[in-house]
Amino acid sequence: MVYENPDGIRIGLEIHVQLNKLKTKMFCGCSSDYHNSAPNTHTCPVCLGLPGALPVLNRKAVEAAIKVGLALEGEIAEETQFHRKNYFYPDLPKGFQVTQYDYPIVSKGKVVIEGEDGEHVVGITRAHMEEDPGKLVHIGSIEKSKGVLIDYNRSGMPLIETVTEPDMRSPKEARRFLDKFRNILEYLDVFDGNLEGAMRVDANVSVYWGTRVEIKNISSHKGVERALLYEIMRQKNVIRRGGKITQETRHFDEGRGVTLSMRTKEEAEDYRYFREPDLMPMRVSDWVPGIRETLPELPDAKRSRFIEQYGITDMHARSLTSKIMLADFYEGVCAKGADPKTAATWTADVFLGELNYRDLAISSYDGETIGFIHAKDPQVENSFKVSDMVELVKLFSEGKVSDRAAVEVIRSILDGTEEKTPLQIIEEKGLFKAEDDLVTKAVSETIAENAAAVQDYLGGAEKSLNFLVGQVMKKTKGTADAKTARELIIKELKG
Amino acid sequence: MITKEDVEHIGWLARIEISEQETVEYMEKLNSVLEYFGQLDELETEDVPPTYHVAEVFNVFREDVVEESLPQETVLANTENKQDGAFRSPKIG
Amino acid sequence: MAKWMSVAQVKEKIRESSAEEVTASYLEVIEKSKINGYVAVSEKAVEQAREIDAKGHEGPLAGVPIAIKDNISVVGMQNSCGSKILEGYVPPFNAHVIEKLQEAGAVILGKTNMDEFAMGSSTETSYYGPTANPWDLERVPGGSSGGSAAVVAAGEAPFALGSDTGGSVRCPAAFCGVVGLKPTYGAVSRYGVVAYANSLEQVGPLANNVTDIAVLMDVIGGYDRRDSTSIDRKTAYQEALVDDVKGLKIGVPKEFFGEGIHQDVEKAVWDSIHRYEELGASWEEVSMPNIKYALASYYIIAMSEASSNLARFDGTRYGFRDRGENWHSMVSATRAEGFGTEVKRRILLGTYALSAGYHDKYYLKALKVRTLVKQDFDRALSKVDVLMAPTMPNPAFKKGEKIEDPLTLYLSDVNTCPINLAGVPSISVPCGFTDGLPIGLQIMGKPFDEPTVLRTAYTFEQNTDYHTKRPPEVA
Repeated sequence: MVYENPDGIRIGLEIHVQLNKLKTKMFCGCSSDYHNSAPNTHTCPVCLGLPGALPVLNRKAVEAAIKVGLALEGEIAEETQFHRKNYFYPDLPKGFQVTQYDYPIVSKGKVVIEGEDGEHVVGITRAHMEEDPGKLVHIGSIEKSKGVLIDYNRSGMPLIETVTEPDMRSPKEARRFLDKFRNILEYLDVFDGNLEGAMRVDANVSVYWGTRVEIKNISSHKGVERALLYEIMRQKNVIRRGGKITQETRHFDEGRGVTLSMRTKEEAEDYRYFREPDLMPMRVSDWVPGIRETLPELPDAKRSRFIEQYGITDMHARSLTSKIMLADFYEGVCAKGADPKTAATWTADVFLGELNYRDLAISSYDGETIGFIHAKDPQVENSFKVSDMVELVKLFSEGKVSDRAAVEVIRSILDGTEEKTPLQIIEEKGLFKAEDDLVTKAVSETIAENAAAVQDYLGGAEKSLNFLVGQVMKKTKGTADAKTARELIIKELKG
Repeated sequence: MITKEDVEHIGWLARIEISEQETVEYMEKLNSVLEYFGQLDELETEDVPPTYHVAEVFNVFREDVVEESLPQETVLANTENKQDGAFRSPKIG
Repeated sequence: MAKWMSVAQVKEKIRESSAEEVTASYLEVIEKSKINGYVAVSEKAVEQAREIDAKGHEGPLAGVPIAIKDNISVVGMQNSCGSKILEGYVPPFNAHVIEKLQEAGAVILGKTNMDEFAMGSSTETSYYGPTANPWDLERVPGGSSGGSAAVVAAGEAPFALGSDTGGSVRCPAAFCGVVGLKPTYGAVSRYGVVAYANSLEQVGPLANNVTDIAVLMDVIGGYDRRDSTSIDRKTAYQEALVDDVKGLKIGVPKEFFGEGIHQDVEKAVWDSIHRYEELGASWEEVSMPNIKYALASYYIIAMSEASSNLARFDGTRYGFRDRGENWHSMVSATRAEGFGTEVKRRILLGTYALSAGYHDKYYLKALKVRTLVKQDFDRALSKVDVLMAPTMPNPAFKKGEKIEDPLTLYLSDVNTCPINLAGVPSISVPCGFTDGLPIGLQIMGKPFDEPTVLRTAYTFEQNTDYHTKRPPEVA
């Protein structure tokens, strides 16, 4: 099947990623660990742009950029250098941003995503290094702002800006690209996506192969998908009414879910790029072989290996490798003797589902414990132990707990305030799987006590069977295996 | 030759407010300098590489080691325009 | 106490009396100054000197006072660059050269006047008023390090630091009759020196004699990891001070003796070259055909870099702030009011030279011409050891004479700015007088061959007495 892209949609992305796993900023020794600090406490003459201060490039930032380039299967430049992008804005303490221009460190890469019609290649035009500006807080709303407060803690943070070809054909593909891209960066250990402002996306989109419109500074993957859905609809409506799409930059209002034209500037910007005279050019292509050797196994390779090594389904493998820490957690569980297939089901389906339900984002894994933070409030932390998952999978495999009880255990661990092992929880709550005769007894009782439901079921109402199973579960306090209960009822009623 | 409009445009790019009268003055002075610069056109430089720096130095790096930042009080010491640890400026737009 | 002292004499005086007394005596001289060379005098100088006395005079410059150009950051002292826009700005960090000086025990007397943001050759564009030339108070001291040169010439400091982007150390040295060195690009760290044109400029010393230049270079020169353009190379400057030029090959580029050169200047320089001949050196004419394009190339590059460097002065974090209904109008008003006319001209021209459609015609073209100028230097210096020429084609001009017409003023850098394009070292030494005004001889060398340049200058000084002449008006 070939996706025909009936509306002629082309989407390209520009993604700014903070290399926040580095200890220091791009051009100075200020700590990059500023996220929970008071304003202007992680700054120095260099990142404040004080007159006379000079930049010196962080070697690790260049290494990280090369890592990213290799993971994106791109070319690493023989010679590369920095330029100044000149423009005025209060978050820019030097009046220019140090970035790369015509000699980016990475060019011509690609990322394969699950597209509308199977595997789909998204071209990477380039990836380059640059410094982050400071952060502005408007006093009042943007529209009715009384002034701005400026915090330069973020100023000078190392960024990688990646520019894709306009190869994505739907908002869903754009979102999948971003998920994959973020996943790759986390595998490389150069980036922690959970930190505020760690990834910012500009998207450009056109319909009917027409004029591109840019949507600036969207902060979440969901936001990108929503902004694109809205923008495509808007462009199609304009054309339907006989209008024309004008090339412009729009802003995405997350709250209202709409894109709005940014006030057109009185005159076009002219960034007057020129080579940053305070920094020397780089020749780092000889670093490439060494860095290539240190590259970790990337998501696609890990997925294939999981399928082969653990005999799990492609869907489970995809899900488990969607986060490096989750993949490591899963492997930790398997390494401790849990059955890989069962472990895959419980980790990828149940465990991950419970995390999503609770809005928990995986944030750490140390070989024994996987940690999470609340997506909306990073201060809320939680965790789950490898040993607990191993124990649970074993108890389930041995038929000692029902699936419902096992889910209950996972929920108890995630919601509980005290630290308890699955076994302790099962004992306390009496969740051991009921003996067969207990279930048989409950089935008989249920049939006797629910004549109306029995009649309905025998009359063809399948729903009533579910009700009867529910009653059995109630009687056994959930310790019965639902499947067994169901089979027993059918056997009893239909012979 | 640069025009009055050019002067206004570069004044805007450089964020320097220029009055009507100044525009004319700048235009004249700037043109006399640009005319002088025009003498470089005499030189054939098609095949000449540009020199950005006299020193042929590559790969100057620092290690990823944390150094002490300035105290907030010092950072804000050179301005009256501050609030809650941040610099305060007029609204942007 | 003698007004004009070499560093050695100052150290002798400190031994006889104290650093505190020596510093106090300079402060007294400064107090009576007629030249407006200092923008600010350090309130802590005496206290610093006292501390050094208490510590026992350790370090090569223990207790020796020095004057610092007002674009070099010193903790606790305003760094104004002669501009209203930096009024009140006090840097929280020291320039690398200041750290080095303090380690060596030097006492900072104060910050010296300069053309606003080092953009000029006359020290007339300072927000703090013009500095006078000690040899004729109606005349300019040269620039942009005019304050530094003038205070040394007037005996208000034994030596000083300036910065040289297109001649800003050598021009005032020539006009004020003192010695000034522009080191090889990368020899001295620029960390903490407010940038005018990053790829061209260096900090340079100004003194009454070549020896003190070498003394200062041994302190401030050398690698600094905070300046990516700093070059890791060791040079022993004082060791080069040998009175011997036998066998030295001098190149005389005729392009430096162009139209409009004052005939006394031309004569003084040729007399000097002949003096070298008598001392055992030989000379030959060399041709540097692209020198006539150097000035245009230099100004385009300097203005382009400057237009970007000076963008940070927006009234948001430090310095002067004007009113505006929003940030952008505040910035435009601040920059209109905070910068002087010449600075604004250069920012506008630099902005234009980098702008879309003109980048290649001006900026890129200038960089290509820079290559040609550098090749001229490489070629000439492959045949000879040093090049000699007038530092300035004319002696110090009258205040107000050139300030109105930028191009006329720019043309006075014609002999100094090519050196910055090539990045080579160059020194200006006093070599004569015309109508009581000093003339400077410029000696240029190969990159990092300061030793030969210093030896050549030192030998001249040992065999002439121009450097011992003092300006009568301030005596």
